Amino acid sequence: MSKVAAVEKKKISIVCFSGEFDKMLAAYTIATGAAATNREVTMFFTFWGLNALKKERGRKSMGKDFLSRVFNWLMGGRNNLPLSRLNFGGASPKLMGGMMRKNNVAQLDELMQAASELGIRYFACEMSMHILGISKDDLIDDVQSVVGVATFLNESEDAHIIFI
Amino acid sequence: MKHFLDITRETCPMTFVKVKLRLAKMQAGEQLEVLLNKGEPLENVPRSCEEQGYKVLSCEPTDNDQHMLLIEK
Repeated sequence: MSKVAAVEKKKISIVCFSGEFDKMLAAYTIATGAAATNREVTMFFTFWGLNALKKERGRKSMGKDFLSRVFNWLMGGRNNLPLSRLNFGGASPKLMGGMMRKNNVAQLDELMQAASELGIRYFACEMSMHILGISKDDLIDDVQSVVGVATFLNESEDAHIIFI
Repeated sequence: MKHFLDITRETCPMTFVKVKLRLAKMQAGEQLEVLLNKGEPLENVPRSCEEQGYKVLSCEPTDNDQHMLLIEK
């Protein structure tokens, strides 16, 4: 192994598919922990995962046709992410947030802010944005590019890929 | 110049994150004192700092079962 290769950073790529509150927390915990321990981290947001990146944190109708506008309103943004179990109509994420505050565990907003400061790369999935009628302007500024799977895989060469 | 950071109330991953972000804002040659708990932070914060090329100058136990880590950027 060459000297240059020996000092190369390890790479982790996280596919954020589910968009559920607890799974998004897990994704950001791994991402920020990895970036803070000198790994190069890429997060690829697809399908329901895109909801966490919407600028509009609540429910907003967006999209180019009736169905996409309904879908986006129903899914909402970061404030509407459901718990993967025992969601109880959206009450549980708020209870979970309270429990996290009580135990001094970082909230999703804090982890996302840290991810931004740590320079974690964000890619958004072109195909699912097309289906859901979401444009890059609808997403937070941390999103560097809207890409397809080939670009994601090229950028994740030699990386561990985690699917959440 | 010596900086100070208390991560004893932080939990994973913010223990690592806060140290990393503070070191990133410091100038080369400056020192950072980090007060941390035993267990995961004690086992991994000094190691990850060394892996990133920072010098761990000392890591001493304090009176109340915590540790004081001294890092030089």
